[in-house]
Amino acid sequence: MTDIFSLRDDSPVSEAPVSIEEFLGNSNATAVRIEVGEDARQLLPNLDRIAMVEISFPAFTDGRGYSAARVLREAGYDGELRAQGDVLLDQIRYMHRCGFDSFAPEKPLKADQVDAVLKRFDAVYQGTVDGQNPVWNLRHGN
Amino acid sequence: MKLLTGNDLKSGLVTWWTGKDWSINIEDAVDVGEEGEAILAAEQEAQRVNSAYIIDGDEDAGTPRPGHIKDRVRALGPTVRPDLTLKPNDASAIDKVV
Amino acid sequence: MYKYDQYDQSIVDARVAEFRDQVERRLAGEITEDQFKPLRLQNGLYLQLHAYMLRVAIPYGTLNSEQMKMLAHIARKYDRDYGHFTTRQNIQYNWIQLDQTPDLLADLASVEMHAIQTSGNCIRNISSDQYAGAAADEVTDPRPWAELLRQWSTFHPEFAHLPRKFKFAVIASEEDRAAMRLHDIGIQLVRNDAGELGARFFVGGGMGRTPMIGPMVRDFVAADDLVSYAEACLRVYNRYGRRDNKYKARIKILVHELGKDEYTRQVEEEFKHIKTLNLDPPKAELERITTFFQDPDYDKSASDDLDLSDPDFAIWVDQNVKTHKQSGYAIANISLKPIGGIPGDATSAQIDVMADLAKEYSFDELRVTHAQNIVLPHVKKSDLYTLWQKLDEAGLATPNLDLISDMIACPGLDYCSLANARSIPVAQKIAQRFSDVGKQKELGELKLKISGCINACGHHHAGHIGILGVDRKGVENYQLSLGGSGAEDVSLAKITGPGFDEDGIVDAVEKATNVYLKEREGDERFVDTYRRVGMAPFKEALYD
Repeated sequence: MTDIFSLRDDSPVSEAPVSIEEFLGNSNATAVRIEVGEDARQLLPNLDRIAMVEISFPAFTDGRGYSAARVLREAGYDGELRAQGDVLLDQIRYMHRCGFDSFAPEKPLKADQVDAVLKRFDAVYQGTVDGQNPVWNLRHGN
Repeated sequence: MKLLTGNDLKSGLVTWWTGKDWSINIEDAVDVGEEGEAILAAEQEAQRVNSAYIIDGDEDAGTPRPGHIKDRVRALGPTVRPDLTLKPNDASAIDKVV
Repeated sequence: MYKYDQYDQSIVDARVAEFRDQVERRLAGEITEDQFKPLRLQNGLYLQLHAYMLRVAIPYGTLNSEQMKMLAHIARKYDRDYGHFTTRQNIQYNWIQLDQTPDLLADLASVEMHAIQTSGNCIRNISSDQYAGAAADEVTDPRPWAELLRQWSTFHPEFAHLPRKFKFAVIASEEDRAAMRLHDIGIQLVRNDAGELGARFFVGGGMGRTPMIGPMVRDFVAADDLVSYAEACLRVYNRYGRRDNKYKARIKILVHELGKDEYTRQVEEEFKHIKTLNLDPPKAELERITTFFQDPDYDKSASDDLDLSDPDFAIWVDQNVKTHKQSGYAIANISLKPIGGIPGDATSAQIDVMADLAKEYSFDELRVTHAQNIVLPHVKKSDLYTLWQKLDEAGLATPNLDLISDMIACPGLDYCSLANARSIPVAQKIAQRFSDVGKQKELGELKLKISGCINACGHHHAGHIGILGVDRKGVENYQLSLGGSGAEDVSLAKITGPGFDEDGIVDAVEKATNVYLKEREGDERFVDTYRRVGMAPFKEALYD
């Protein structure tokens, strides 16, 4: 199994995720996997019984997972949100800003490099789900 | 003949496989024959050159000549800026491209 | 002009450091070209036919003379002494070395410039009306809105890996000088019945291999909703835009396949949700940005008198000078289309001259136009003669704005790795055929646009006369089309028939203009006559 790189305080969920279809069927699973192109909104009625959502990135250039992550966070999901697949150093910051807090990359990430990437920018132009206050609020004392 | 070409990683300039190295002058290019794929694979590993590929060409007065106009433009430089081509003093160079 | 504050500067500086790190990792072999390519592309660095090409952003085409001087400096220090102004109001350099790019970006950052998102499948430079702030017909200056969108779209984490590139244009006049309806999102600022400013959204326009005119999806988005609405438009696209085929991945295909009504319904639903998240900037932010775009300190007593006794000056004024909203002032267009030159190219020395003239005569401001020309937006009429003389000395006074030789041409096969045919030699030959300015003026407004491949960077679909270069069995061939427009009378050009070789296309253009001269009524432009008489007489002249 790939190493999980987590930015969370709790430890990564070890349960193997099931498909959305299986989860929505008669399942006790608490970990779900969203394949690229699947609608994350299908999970919204059941967020309270999910501990981990894994979103697949078959290729890092396919950005659908970013929207899927935000959809879940915007609905209040606060469990582990894992990016799995072609997860590369230079996309980590964008992923983090969209709500991902754990990563299962196909090629391992170096902790110090991830740390540097996440600290690189101290200002952001837009509000997302990561709690960073955008500069247009800071400029006006909000 | 078969030629192997790409762009130098650092400078971006067009380069041609000379048999043991890369050169920006097509005059130095060699026919890679059936070896193209093998050299390509090895060179991709070495990461000195980007987007390398094999093209068909023929020989014209002892100089390799790419089969397609795109690679002839690559070999010379922009036809609208003779001063920036590899043959700035050769008035006929551009006619040979077209 | 917008001025960076410490936040803007820190973001651009951090980007330079980030790219320096990425380049180092690439040169050290830590990342592969496949991994590096999208990173360099999001910073405007392409690998073109002969070398790396760097595209520098000029947000909404506005810059000051210090920035313009920096563009000349970069051409000199890192390139081969020239630059190419593009149809997205940017500039690109053709001979950049990868290892020097970080230093180049640091130089740019020192004058509040960057190359962020000038390429890649992300939101690109926001374009606008080159006469913004000077035009008499605008309801407001569109640039504060464009700047707000620039900031919102910069490093937007959700929209950095869209199905395909994404282009915005923002205008605020009925006259469309920015090809607004041919953008992924075109915004026209309007006032509603209550007198408030808002944005009319057109989504799904574009050129490329499937040209489409963007339909209106909302006639009024209030300023307070602008960001949320844009966010909704993009999210629907990011989730459902096609990713199976790069040629069907632009938002125009999604809007077309869903239908405008269904796309709009999905956007409105998403907008309702996003609006609950409180993502829009405070009202005070658009007001803050707007303060940077106040009118310059005009001399209100400046005279409208102009001595036109020099006939060459009179021709230039008639063609290249446009009405300014302030009496005593004018908008001066600098053509980068000298007869026989390369459309959009300027030498470092010329870029310096334009910077100096802007400082002296145009309140330190310049604009780049989507037609690849430069504008000095605020020139006192009493300075026009001196300005013209200085432009003329630098080879920058060609009096051909909107005439047949004022062509848009993509770099084509001389520079571009995607091209199938050369565009520039065709542009040069046509300009030479019509070199007589009297002959050009007789033809009147005639927008000729040339692309060297089906990607349509030369806007051939929007040309009154459009030319598309194709590869026919290894030989360059050119298709002629007629009747397009990127202006408020937007339309898509239609192909006349079989293509021509390089000399044949020049003859064909001349034949088409002869048909116009014969058929025109009153003060019809070429495109008006074409629309009235249709394709038949042109076809007859071209193929019989």
